[in-house]
Amino acid sequence: MREGMVRIPSGCAISGIISTKGIRFNGEAITRSIACMHERANGLGGGFVGYGIYPAYRDLYALHLMYETAQARTDTEEYLGRHFTVHQAEPIPTRKTAGVGEAPMLWRYFVWPKEESEDGADRDGDDYVTAFVMTVNGRIPGAFVFSSGRNMGVFKGVGFPADIARFFRLEEYEGYMWVSHGRFPTNTPGWWGGAHPLGILDWSVVHNGEVSSYGINKRYLEMFGYCLELQTDTEVIAYLFDLLHRRHGVPLDLVCRALTAPFWKDIDRYEERERAVYTALRRVYGSAMLNGPFSIIVAFNGTMLGLNDRIKLRPMVCGRKDHFILMGSEESALREAVGDLDAVWNIRAGERFIARLEEGVTV
Amino acid sequence: MRGYLPPEYLVHIDHGKCRRCGNCVRNCAFGALQFEHGAWQQIMRIFQHGQDDLQQVFDKIKENVPDRVVADHHKCVQCHYCVTHCPEGAISVQPNPLAYRGNYHWQPHHLKNIWLQAETGGKLLTGAGNDKTYFSYFDHMVLDACQVTNPSIDPLREPMELRTYLGSRPDALEFESGPDGPVLKTKLAPAVRLETPLVFAGMSYGAVSLNAHKALAMAAKACGILMNTGEGGLHTDLYPYADWIMVQVASGRFGIDPDYLRRGVAVEIKIGQGAKPGIGGHLPGEKVDEEVSRTRMIPVGSDALSPAPHHDIYSIEDLSQLIYALKEATEYTKPVAVKIAAVHNVAAIASGIARAGADIITIDGFRGGTGATPLIIRDHVGIPIEMALAAVDDRLRQEGIRNRVSLVASGGIRHSGDVAKAIALGADAVAIGTAALIAMGCRLCQKCYTGNCNWGIATQKPELTARLDPERAAERLVNLIRGWSLELKEILGALGLNAVESLRGSRLRLRGIGLSESDLRVLGIKNAGVGA
Repeated sequence: MREGMVRIPSGCAISGIISTKGIRFNGEAITRSIACMHERANGLGGGFVGYGIYPAYRDLYALHLMYETAQARTDTEEYLGRHFTVHQAEPIPTRKTAGVGEAPMLWRYFVWPKEESEDGADRDGDDYVTAFVMTVNGRIPGAFVFSSGRNMGVFKGVGFPADIARFFRLEEYEGYMWVSHGRFPTNTPGWWGGAHPLGILDWSVVHNGEVSSYGINKRYLEMFGYCLELQTDTEVIAYLFDLLHRRHGVPLDLVCRALTAPFWKDIDRYEERERAVYTALRRVYGSAMLNGPFSIIVAFNGTMLGLNDRIKLRPMVCGRKDHFILMGSEESALREAVGDLDAVWNIRAGERFIARLEEGVTV
Repeated sequence: MRGYLPPEYLVHIDHGKCRRCGNCVRNCAFGALQFEHGAWQQIMRIFQHGQDDLQQVFDKIKENVPDRVVADHHKCVQCHYCVTHCPEGAISVQPNPLAYRGNYHWQPHHLKNIWLQAETGGKLLTGAGNDKTYFSYFDHMVLDACQVTNPSIDPLREPMELRTYLGSRPDALEFESGPDGPVLKTKLAPAVRLETPLVFAGMSYGAVSLNAHKALAMAAKACGILMNTGEGGLHTDLYPYADWIMVQVASGRFGIDPDYLRRGVAVEIKIGQGAKPGIGGHLPGEKVDEEVSRTRMIPVGSDALSPAPHHDIYSIEDLSQLIYALKEATEYTKPVAVKIAAVHNVAAIASGIARAGADIITIDGFRGGTGATPLIIRDHVGIPIEMALAAVDDRLRQEGIRNRVSLVASGGIRHSGDVAKAIALGADAVAIGTAALIAMGCRLCQKCYTGNCNWGIATQKPELTARLDPERAAERLVNLIRGWSLELKEILGALGLNAVESLRGSRLRLRGIGLSESDLRVLGIKNAGVGA
């Protein structure tokens, strides 16, 4: 069985670090952080995402693919070549690691969309890449795109997070922002694509919990043309951010407020402007609201966002040390990454914390 | 004329317990109970009034007949009014055990209906909803609950939200930045706020008594929900409750003027009703007294006939015109609802209604009640609300227009479990008519069309309507709504949800038991035992 055929509830560990000054650091800190929460994973999924790791190709889309068969690779590369100019194609460097079982073939491509597509449609690069990802993942058996952003990359597989980090040689990459995930699924998918983070374009999502409103969130997204292949909560969360923020243009902060809406008893006490805003959010985006236990880290270029469920049924703590902002399931995991913290605080129920690169910092 | 029809029920008086107070005799509007005077009463009468039929007195003395209550079983409708109000608990009513030759095809009710028609030559009338043994899909669906991987939520310790808005929603919102934070730029269509996802179904003043209407209005206000005038207009006594009243526009246009439209918080165009799809209404002239006349704006004693179709709506574009005429009349300040009966092509019809500009669609399933309908229509026309609701919600989603309308489901909702299942199938709110009447005392005797309702609900006879104390009836309705709301919170908590919108349309939380593949497909749910 693989992800998408069944829905698999999981418990998890999540952790993230951003240097708000945009200073790049290697994957060891995030590995220490997630490894510290070993108990929260069971060896059936671990993964990382690093931002700013491909400065030499910063403007190109970095596609990470896993192939289960040689045929899948042939088909995908043929399709890729038709629609994209491939600047670089190579196997993702790995090392043999105890605790990481048989891996699929792992390849990465640095690409740019060809100016004229076969169907003549005029699309910008992001739409082009999204369509490519949907097509490969939906139609080419044995091929799976698990990373598709620019100057960032997802690394994930079946194993404990620390072993996955060694396997992908994360100490050799330097990024200004890292997010990681350790998974405790309730049964054994044994499929590398099912590990987290989930990434689409520059966006990546890690999540600890179970979205009890999955049924209606999924039907709501389907109405807007999304096809939920993986049947995971993470996929739903990623698409909700995509729909509300990218397509509907709702400010990021309000997207968070729509997904973990304030209670009516509080809205009733707000002043008029706020009451109008939140009443409308709940009326219009009620089907997008996430219910049940979760803590989430959403990352995209220059931004790391932590979000906790409406009544804090999952842990989530934030910390600051110099120019680092950290978020994770446990305080110990934050301290393990950077040592003593300058400040540490909990994200309150239904609240979000958004960490951004400082003004003027480019990466 | 007695005819061939045996009594439906047998009334048994326990003469040992009965202390001959005559309460029941005075109370039965159907005249099923009489006081039979025995010897002692007869003798007293002779003393008081003088009477010369001594032979009768002698006979009674000889037979030692005491005073007693006797029943005319033929007239009993099993409304339980006498049973409930007998101070001695001396009355019981049983179904007539009269045996019929067993015949699966020709059931006793078929025979009885034929006898009745052979005697009267009329079409048979009835009240309330379809009572036949059609399969109940509600009874073959079960809800989910949390175990281990996600925690259930205790509604006694955590906030649990049932607030619901009925009205059209845009697909997306626009904001602009203001000095104190984001400001809402999108202008939202008008909507009605409900504190719990329940409303009272449309029941007209005329079909039900003014006291019943008052009770519904008072309860709606107390609960923060809506009552619906039905097609009988709005009595002036209900004006103080207008903020909790949806006013109806039906094919007879009774009681409608601009003031009526503007007074309610929402306007509903009634196209059809689950108990009588495709059929109009008929309020007999006897029920049209001074008050009903003024409220309906028709002469006293005249029959109020609602045509089967609206004669200005012969197609969807005509409906659209009426929707916008009502929006114009109310200056776009109130949502306009359209109520239809659940029929075979309900999904396409609902889609058309959404596109015609309605803000709310009420779908009434074939179990929905009525004050009067031809029996043959009630029992054989229309489809179950569960199927209709699932089909409509699916279709609106497929077409990407589910946000444009709110869906209200009705037709045989019996308890909060049915409410939760209807919401999970896709309803924004649920309308209850029969359940509300039962809360006020109704025993589902199905004789509403006779105007003899002993409980003072479906009647205009002053001596009967006086039996329904609107304040007490309202209290019972408030209790019902409160009880169901508490239960809904328990259900949500068990599902690990703390807001009703997270259950709305979440069919993943339903499972079918004993349903066919095609049933499951139409309902859009999985079979019990199949995981997520």
